[in-house]
Amino acid sequence: MTKSELIQRLADRNPHLYLRDVEKIVETVFEEMTKALARGERVELRGFGAFSIKHRQARTGRNPRTGAKVQVNAKRLPFFKTGKALRERLNGSAA
Amino acid sequence: MDEPKTMTRADLAEAVYEQVGLSRNESSALVEAVLDEMTDELARGNSVKISSFASFDIREKQERIGRNPKTGVEVPISPRKVIVFRASQVLKDRVNKGA
Repeated sequence: MTKSELIQRLADRNPHLYLRDVEKIVETVFEEMTKALARGERVELRGFGAFSIKHRQARTGRNPRTGAKVQVNAKRLPFFKTGKALRERLNGSAA
Repeated sequence: MDEPKTMTRADLAEAVYEQVGLSRNESSALVEAVLDEMTDELARGNSVKISSFASFDIREKQERIGRNPKTGVEVPISPRKVIVFRASQVLKDRVNKGA
């Protein structure tokens, strides 16, 4: 399912809403989550999962082809942990 | 290290309320509906791809023998499905620029 398919399904289930409002809702949800993560915050959606930021220290890497040393800067990585209810649904138990 | 602040459903519903102009109740129902559609699709074994945000793919794990690290007792870990989360380049960039 892509974002546009998600929008379409929500629109089908909510015929009283304008399509542009459904688009705005979906964009707002992911934009707010992105902004929170960019601020270094966690996003915790109980049952679905939790998004957080992992910090990676700077390190000296190597170009595997040439063996040349390259400096890799410290960086932040988004991380997702699947929630309990979602994990159970994936594996067939009712939840 | 300081505990980071945590965003929840309520914050997402508030943002939808402010930016879309639906009632608070409906805003919160729609946030839930977004998560429900994603959950249903993943439960059907299909991936969910949200451009500029991330993709959620399903990986099937084979059965393997695990070990209780405390007692050393071997226990079978049954085959199961897990979600593989892959952040989009846009999200990775924004997380690093703090934008």
